Amino acid sequence: MARAVEQVAAPQKETDALISGSEAIAVACKLADVDVITAYPIRPYDTVMQYVAKLVANGELDCEYIVAESEHSQFEIVKHACAAGARVFCGSSGVGWMYAFEALTVTPALRIPMVAMVGNRALDDPGAFGVEHNDALAVRDLGWQLVWVDTAQEALDTALIAYRVAEDRRVFLPCAIACDGAFLTHSQAQVKIPPQQWVNAFLPPYNRGDLLLHPDNPITVAPQVNEDWLMEIRKHNDEAMKRAKTVIKEAYADFARIFGRDYGNPFFEEYQTDDADVVLVGMGTLSMPVKVAIRRMRQEGKKVGLVRLRWFRPFAAEELAATLGRFNAVGVIDRDFSFGSPYTSGVLATEIRAALYPAEKRPPVLGFICGLGGREVTVPDVQRMTDVLLSAAAGKAQPLTTWVGIRE
Amino acid sequence: MDAIETALPTQQLEAIKGVKKIPLEEFFTSGHRTCQGCESALVMKLMVKAAGPRTIVLGSTGCMYVANTTYYSTSWVVPWMHTQLGSSGSAGLGTAAALKVLMRKGKMKEEPINVIAFCGDGGGADMGLSAISAALTHPQYNFLILLYDNESYANTDIQLSGLTPYGAHTTFSPPGKAKRILHTRWKKNVAGMLAAGHPECRYVATVCASYAVDMMNRVRKALTIGGPTFIHSIDPCPKGWDFDPMLSHELGELAVETGVWPLYEVENGVLKLYGRTKQIAEKRARRKPVREFLLKQGRFAHFTEDDFDYFQAKVDEMWNRWLIPGVIPFHTELERDQPPA
Ligand SMILES: Cc1ncc(C[n+]2csc(CCOP(=O)(O)OP(=O)(O)O)c2C)c(N)n1
Ligand code: SF4
Repeated sequence: MARAVEQVAAPQKETDALISGSEAIAVACKLADVDVITAYPIRPYDTVMQYVAKLVANGELDCEYIVAESEHSQFEIVKHACAAGARVFCGSSGVGWMYAFEALTVTPALRIPMVAMVGNRALDDPGAFGVEHNDALAVRDLGWQLVWVDTAQEALDTALIAYRVAEDRRVFLPCAIACDGAFLTHSQAQVKIPPQQWVNAFLPPYNRGDLLLHPDNPITVAPQVNEDWLMEIRKHNDEAMKRAKTVIKEAYADFARIFGRDYGNPFFEEYQTDDADVVLVGMGTLSMPVKVAIRRMRQEGKKVGLVRLRWFRPFAAEELAATLGRFNAVGVIDRDFSFGSPYTSGVLATEIRAALYPAEKRPPVLGFICGLGGREVTVPDVQRMTDVLLSAAAGKAQPLTTWVGIRE
Repeated sequence: MDAIETALPTQQLEAIKGVKKIPLEEFFTSGHRTCQGCESALVMKLMVKAAGPRTIVLGSTGCMYVANTTYYSTSWVVPWMHTQLGSSGSAGLGTAAALKVLMRKGKMKEEPINVIAFCGDGGGADMGLSAISAALTHPQYNFLILLYDNESYANTDIQLSGLTPYGAHTTFSPPGKAKRILHTRWKKNVAGMLAAGHPECRYVATVCASYAVDMMNRVRKALTIGGPTFIHSIDPCPKGWDFDPMLSHELGELAVETGVWPLYEVENGVLKLYGRTKQIAEKRARRKPVREFLLKQGRFAHFTEDDFDYFQAKVDEMWNRWLIPGVIPFHTELERDQPPA
């Protein structure tokens, strides 16, 4: 385990390590010189804390590492530490994320730029451990930035980018990094670990400025607000979220310049979309089976591509509409479900439909529900979805939402 | 073995010797909207006066939040931040941890800064109890948790809490035709429980702002000793207890004089009764009948003789049969049963 850490010390050159998504984020915490970290066990999130604990125990990460007595406390401890000027990290999964929910709601309202990991997990009951996206999506409307990562490398890079964006004074909003449970959190992959000097060049120290809670700056934070001011405060949050889009673009550009890893469009990745007829859209670790399936289907002459969304909040609605408008049908893969929703679909499908509504060209949008509770999304699943899409593109009516890979 | 990590140095706040020596500066001033005669507001004022300007105060949801920090007006001259109803422990811990690490890493000037997190009885004795208990197990951080106890969820319109006395009329426990007493639970023993259950916590005390100098000195002692510390104050609340605001101080005194609210401190594991409580325990003062305290409050207006007797019997039991009155609720027989050393 120490290998990753030793290699970090090598100057001016990236080093390779075989690490999991969770370990990659723990390494990012070290590189970002995080000051206060809180832990509380729940799978799959707790793996990141096991790596953090080891880094702390080995003296490689100098932070206050606090094992809390609940998720609510975990998030409140770092919220206050961040208000007092500390760079902080914590996270959770599934029901743990929900137990912290009150603390999650106040964090963006207080403009606390914390970074958290949500190791996606289905919600109880039944006590399921596998990945589902409803836990993270629950903060959709709260003012959190929310980004899904696909690989351990992307997890590490995104954590550094998340601090940079969250702590930009134009934003000052927290950021949750969503990692698919097990598929990303527990799977090892080859990761390039950047040298500390590059991170220092990319990520300035956290400066809370005139919002710092300190005797030299005797401000009152979060006074009680009535109807006479609340709307203005909400509007400020909205403006910060809008500005986050610009700051995200700047951060990725700087990242590419300093680290030499260019993610192109920060908001979503496109795969074989140039000449595609239909396209699948999804988030998280779906891209492995989807990309394999696409390569096979291309050999059969089926022109299908993938758009993998990274940033869910802020939502790059205009950019997505411009991209998705090019295709004859759009299939949205949701690893979640919104019961009784207007589109009787998952959350992402509803959002994509909303994003496309003002567009000039509006292809049909079909929802696919699959991979719930950690069920594997298989290549045949993806082929089946594509066939449904292709027949929709050919003008044949298809159900709005299809559950895929389910016992009939 | 590695040395156990220690806390930062604390401010050395000297005891205030007499009312004339109380500092004049106020750090909790105008701008608040508490009721006339609100003793909780007085606790805030005395608490931060005792602590002084190099202090950060954190407050959980309740009257002392809503009535004191309305947007664009604040009564706090020191930095102040709201925390969630169940989070005074976490707020104190997180803030203290940040100060410690930022000073250690040279990201902030090194100096002792007091951190005080307060909570009401609802937030502190009910939903916030687990976070307070957890916070008190971290000896390497300096912060004080002050529970101001007005014996109800006052801000939401006087609902009963885990610290509301037996039988009290609240909006969640009104006397009715079928049940005169809807609230039949006895008040939790929070300070005693926290002192007994947290061996690393070096200071726990109960206070009453009717004895202002004593109260301020307990705050100073807690902050000077450092580590996580806990103080529980009893705060007569004219609205919730239903009495003439003129009587606030008198009711605080009566709570102590009747033995309902024993004053004690546990310093480095040594327990001391102090003030009028000590005099009562040493038989230098008479314990007044609880009736004198209860009869002045509208929330007990529905009490019958039986209720007064029951209340008195419970308080008597605490004084006559407990190992330490108000603190250690084991009966004295247990002591006699112990084998010889
Ligand atoms: C999680 C949560 N539940 C309920 C409330 C509603 N609430 C606001 S203030 C309050 C009363 C708090 O009572 P206490 O802690 O005793 O303080 P007091 O009002 O008596 O000063 C309640 C229940 C809340 N703010 N948060
Ligand atoms: S209700 Fe009680 S605690 Fe609240 S402001 Fe009034 S007197 Fe103070």
